[in-house]
Amino acid sequence: MDQVFYTLQDFLLHTESVTYLLVIATLVGMTVFWWFLTGKDED
Amino acid sequence: MSISRRKFLGWVGAAGLSTTIGKPAAAATGKHFTGYPNSFAILHDTTLCVGCRTCEAACNKVNDLPPPDKPFTDLSVLEDRRRTTTKAFTVVNKYDNKEKSKSPVFFKKQCNHCLEPACASVCFVSAFTKTKTGAVIYDSSVCVGCRYCMIACPFEIPTYEYDQVLTPRIRKCTMCYPRVIKGQLPGCVEACPMEALSFGKREDMIKIAQERFRKYPDRYVDHVYGEHEMGGTSWLYISGTPFKELGMREDLGVTPAPQLTAGALSSVPIIAGLWPVLLAGLYAVSKRKEKIAQTEKERPAESETEEES
Amino acid sequence: MAQVTTAEHKSIFSLFNLIALIVLGMGVYITYLRFTGGLAAVTNLSDDNPWGIWISFDLLCGVALAAGGYVTSAAVYLFGMKNYHSAVRPAVLTGFLGYALVVLALQYDVGRPWRLPYPLVVQQGTTSVLFEVGLCVATYLTVLFVEFSPAALEWLGLKKARNLVVKLTILLTIFGVVLSTMHQSSLGSLFLIVPSKLHPLWYSPYIPIYFFVTSIIAGLSMVIFESTLSHRFFSYKMDETHHKEANGVTLGFGKAASYVLAGYFAIKVMGISSGNQWHFLKTGYGTWYLVELLGFVALPSLLYAIGVRVKSLGLIKFTSVLAILGVILNRFNVCLVAFNWQLPAGERYFPHWMEIGISVFIVMIGLLLYRFIVTRMPILYEHPDYKDAH
Repeated sequence: MDQVFYTLQDFLLHTESVTYLLVIATLVGMTVFWWFLTGKDED
Repeated sequence: MSISRRKFLGWVGAAGLSTTIGKPAAAATGKHFTGYPNSFAILHDTTLCVGCRTCEAACNKVNDLPPPDKPFTDLSVLEDRRRTTTKAFTVVNKYDNKEKSKSPVFFKKQCNHCLEPACASVCFVSAFTKTKTGAVIYDSSVCVGCRYCMIACPFEIPTYEYDQVLTPRIRKCTMCYPRVIKGQLPGCVEACPMEALSFGKREDMIKIAQERFRKYPDRYVDHVYGEHEMGGTSWLYISGTPFKELGMREDLGVTPAPQLTAGALSSVPIIAGLWPVLLAGLYAVSKRKEKIAQTEKERPAESETEEES
Repeated sequence: MAQVTTAEHKSIFSLFNLIALIVLGMGVYITYLRFTGGLAAVTNLSDDNPWGIWISFDLLCGVALAAGGYVTSAAVYLFGMKNYHSAVRPAVLTGFLGYALVVLALQYDVGRPWRLPYPLVVQQGTTSVLFEVGLCVATYLTVLFVEFSPAALEWLGLKKARNLVVKLTILLTIFGVVLSTMHQSSLGSLFLIVPSKLHPLWYSPYIPIYFFVTSIIAGLSMVIFESTLSHRFFSYKMDETHHKEANGVTLGFGKAASYVLAGYFAIKVMGISSGNQWHFLKTGYGTWYLVELLGFVALPSLLYAIGVRVKSLGLIKFTSVLAILGVILNRFNVCLVAFNWQLPAGERYFPHWMEIGISVFIVMIGLLLYRFIVTRMPILYEHPDYKDAH
């Protein structure tokens, strides 16, 4: 499972792709969490 | 809008499961990258080049390029300083050389197939790929035509078909990738009658260059251009004349292009993660202040009614 | 609100309409040439100069000048500055139109505009700052559209939809600031990869921060500038709140702009120090750099400050133009003047008149759309059915 990166370009292409997905997940997640925090619902 | 605790925890659980997919992360940047092992490179020895332009003709033929404005046998074009164009992936330029010898120096210019290409780094559709062979190739099937690669290339190599309406492409040397993967030599290397171009493993090309420095110390400037410039290139040059005088920049440094923007790119997740927190906090503070101000506004009215009754 | 169209208004609009017609005609003609003859037919772009004024002005300046949207929303909804509320809708409208026009300009500049969605749906170049710019601008344009939509929904009488969207205001505002921070700075980051081609006085690892800060300056100044123009031409559409808050907006935004300009001046100077670039100031380019820094950063900062102190609305309004020109000058300098500074004079770029023509055409479309929306939808006034007490 260990992918070897021979060039900085390949390394960054991989890491940045993963990071962008995490950024989108973060923005969505922070929004959802905000609604949770400020909610006055049951439970 | 608000959701129940149960619902939220359910979503978190689902999200957690999905993160177990994916390759384990390589070490953080700060790692050292050595490039693909056994990749090829071309060594251009300018002391052997006579400016015959046979390489230009071969390149034109191999890549099926349109006929040039002046034929390749016309050596008068060498009087002008030329750059690559959509019709010419490579050009030989002539430089006067009054110091070393009476004869001029010739220098063949084309894409240097950098180990860490700036063009690949800046392309927002990944149209450029540094292949295992060392060649940096371009995929016109995804290119949008933003021309950022032309901005980024420190050697000013990529050219654009500005006159094409529906299919404008970036054009540049391919290191004859289709030929190389078949075991053939790049067109220019094969055609050169003076052996001013050598093709082989990059490490070997550097060794050959250093061997030539050892054998003929007075003939060469003791520097392999492309060994470290911009993090290293797959087209290496040796010369008897300082490279600055041959139109090659000596102030490019050794930092690979992707490293120049890695820092800025890494700020994106930080902003995405922390800015919402700070701004939400700011909002909460201002809302609180507003609430307090409102409560204090209502209080004098209450005390007035108390006094009256 | 009774619509008062005086004879004076009518004549001003006719002259403008005539000019608009000519500009539109010219724009359509150049568009035809662009898409039948390629970029070569209408631009002076070359292999040495691949980016021209469609990038330096329409993209880099367009995005900066549309920044009033996120700045004003943040001020009102996040900082709680309710007395600027009437400035929000015009600023958001400008933002929305500005970004939409940037996308329009890109249709002309890129070689294959129909492939613009490719980075999103075909192949992602995630190592590229331009990828981030594209992603952010596309997302933010959507955010701006949603932020603008209540005005349109009120005009269309769609109460339920409008109320639903208004509930999202805080969320959209926070998203707007986050996205704007990212792409405003990234437009500067585009140039981080070319230290060898950008003059040392303008190249700095701090470029992303410079571009972000100047977007705030541009946003604040554009709100003042537009408010001035709106009062000149659309005063009759403005309600009481708008008229009452107007001077407060000018003074408040002028004060903010003054301070941000001062901070920007400081970090620019410190940037020169960090790079030990002082000796470049003695050169020709150095002189030009000082013109930009002293005449269009330090000076507007001071003039704004004086204007605020003596409560001279006229001085603040004048200074807003100076500050806006300063941001435009900086973007042009980074992209066209200081870029390729080492190329011989004969190989430098100057725009083709048709490039200028398209830029003017695009601005005109923006003005016409702004006028269309502002004279019909509740931008400069509150719709009587939706008197929200904020």
